Amino acid sequence: MAIDLDLAPRRPQAPAPTPITVTRDYSTPDKVFRWGVQASGLGVFLLLVAIGSFLAWSGWPAFKVAGWGFFTHSGPVLVGSHANFGVLASLTGTVEVAFVAMVFGAPVAICTALFLSEYAPLRSRRSLIAMIDLAAAIPSIIFGLWAFFELQPNVVGLSTWMSRHLAFIPFFKVTSPPLNASIFIAGLVVGIMIVPIVASICREVFSLAPAGEREAALALGASRWQMIRTVVLPFGRGGMIGAVMLGLGRALEETIAVTIILAGSYKVTGQILQHGGSTISQLIAINFNQSGGALGVHDLLLCGFVLFLLTLVINLAASAIVNRSRSGAGVDL
Amino acid sequence: MIADGTTQSAPEGVLVTTTSASTQSAPVHEPRPPGPPPSGEFPESPAPPRPRRLPSPIRPGAFGAEDATILVGAAVSALCLVWIVFYQLTSLSGGLGFLICWYLAFLGLTWLGTAQVIERQVATDRVVAVVVVSAAALVIGIIIFIVAWVTYKAVPTIHWAALFTKDQKSFQLAESNALDHVGILHAVIGTFEQVLLAVAIGVPFAVATAIYLNEVRGFGSRTVRTVVTAMSGTPSVVAGVFIYSMLILTHVISYSGFAASLALVVILLPSVTRVVEEVLRVVPSGLREASQALGAPEWRTVWSVVLPTARSGVVTAVLLGIARIVGETAPLLFTAVGSQVLNLNPLSGDQGALPLVIWSDVRQPNAVLIDLAFQAAFVLMAFVLILFVLARIFSRPKGKGGKGRARPEEDDLMARFFVPIPIEESESR
Repeated sequence: MAIDLDLAPRRPQAPAPTPITVTRDYSTPDKVFRWGVQASGLGVFLLLVAIGSFLAWSGWPAFKVAGWGFFTHSGPVLVGSHANFGVLASLTGTVEVAFVAMVFGAPVAICTALFLSEYAPLRSRRSLIAMIDLAAAIPSIIFGLWAFFELQPNVVGLSTWMSRHLAFIPFFKVTSPPLNASIFIAGLVVGIMIVPIVASICREVFSLAPAGEREAALALGASRWQMIRTVVLPFGRGGMIGAVMLGLGRALEETIAVTIILAGSYKVTGQILQHGGSTISQLIAINFNQSGGALGVHDLLLCGFVLFLLTLVINLAASAIVNRSRSGAGVDL
Repeated sequence: MIADGTTQSAPEGVLVTTTSASTQSAPVHEPRPPGPPPSGEFPESPAPPRPRRLPSPIRPGAFGAEDATILVGAAVSALCLVWIVFYQLTSLSGGLGFLICWYLAFLGLTWLGTAQVIERQVATDRVVAVVVVSAAALVIGIIIFIVAWVTYKAVPTIHWAALFTKDQKSFQLAESNALDHVGILHAVIGTFEQVLLAVAIGVPFAVATAIYLNEVRGFGSRTVRTVVTAMSGTPSVVAGVFIYSMLILTHVISYSGFAASLALVVILLPSVTRVVEEVLRVVPSGLREASQALGAPEWRTVWSVVLPTARSGVVTAVLLGIARIVGETAPLLFTAVGSQVLNLNPLSGDQGALPLVIWSDVRQPNAVLIDLAFQAAFVLMAFVLILFVLARIFSRPKGKGGKGRARPEEDDLMARFFVPIPIEESESR
């Protein structure tokens, strides 16, 4: 037999055995078991469908009255004809609160995540992480209480300062003086509340940055920040975007803390420093008890449906982004 | 890297302390002639005629006396600078505004100082480190402050005997508004019953769904996984409004604690499912295969092998689930409504709850009720903290190496719970 010089793997001469087909014949208890857990999985699916469809169904009477004006009006709830009712002011308020929250919360959260994954001493890292997670566990009503009694009195001074010296930025202009109960303060609270969420995801994504590349950067003489800038942040970019979007979803839905702070005026405003403003969830929470089961309830349920759709879309997109960045796709080093 | 930095910086500390003796030996290592001493910019520093430090981008861990001096000097000079600009040259005012300006000036001066004394790359590195550390310190400070503040506001006014034995009925009836006549018994009982019902309904459902996702992996499990992820972002107010529109508006059930617990299930279900699913994934496949090789049917494998192995994780999930829903306020507004008096029956009638007591009492123009709201907040927060600590204890593995460190996967469970981190698409087994 000649010597194989091409070193190709030898093919076996014998014909390949025909693959057998394995059939799993489940016993009756197993069938019941499988059927049961499958039913609960289906139940979760149906639950989500039910949330959407019941809210849409019970918001429909209000939509029939208001029409598409629902999205362009911002009339007050439950006063006069329901045809005037609209969600526009609350929708813009929601977006503004979430925007303020992201502007303050996201950088702080990303820095906190960097601290936890890169800077914190190894010995105390676990307890620091637990502490940040604990912040996510503190009920939002306690954040609301704290913000109302402690944060607001201090921030009003800052608001005054900003309105006096930064008024050339249109957002910071103030026309009607009281500066408490503003969108800005509500946004600050929500910003604090989203920090643990964004920080947890970012920390996880940062810690997944490959050790080899980190050490390579350091071995080439990079400082810690240069290493972070060239390895950790590019690797975690997708995850960071997803994390910020998940935080955005949380910021859009926050109810109680915002309701405690915000004054509740239903007028589209861009002046975030001054008294007044509303968000969709605040609109629902404040007006529910007064609505008394009339058509007003359907108005509120329609608002709930809008909020549900908004957060659903953002959360789905965000988790798709986080998942993709976890698997390492789209990462070029 | 870190060890390298400390060994590098130790002889330097010696060098600084015995600087007069060994000054002449240092310039041997100096590639460049020593520059002028940096004492001009920093009148606070003792500023001995010290050799210029090696440019050290390769020693990110080193942090010596000089670096501390730069930081302190930058802080003090930023304070002076901002004070002059803020109050003397311009007529700015406001405490927080001053603080923000001081911080920005501090960053700038730190950069300038470090760039002067050491090097520009080190300066950038240092400033980023300052930003990162101060951001984390801010967050952790706020958390500690909130916990301490609620405790401080609540504990001095608590009448322990009344707090857990009385409801708010006597507040309406009697004129004596003292705190020893009112308590939050109705809220504690209400929250207890609502959470218990929610756990009783939600946890089996969630565990079954997690088994479906991870063990059975039947038809459509990918879709269900996405649905669970999507649901975990459901606004809590929407959960309440949903139960209202489905069950109360259609007169299936009335306002009650049970309606509240159904709304809580909507919040609890996706989070517990996700955490249990992660826990099940950690169970080694070998155990399942061994069980199946011994001829056990699938249900038996799950029941006797997989679930007992994952027990501590499941317990953690349930504890964190309770911590998650116990403080939810928004869903209760539309379902349990809240009540001033004790209602033991969760199936009918308005029922109080801890978050609802805070929510309604804190807006009353009455000092006693506001005190009561703070006490309720303290009880709620203490409960969440205890659950959190218990969950951490349970998530530690028992047996060998049991003391101390948790497994890293279980470390992340805490975050998983409150954070809508999407479930990873699991790899094929």
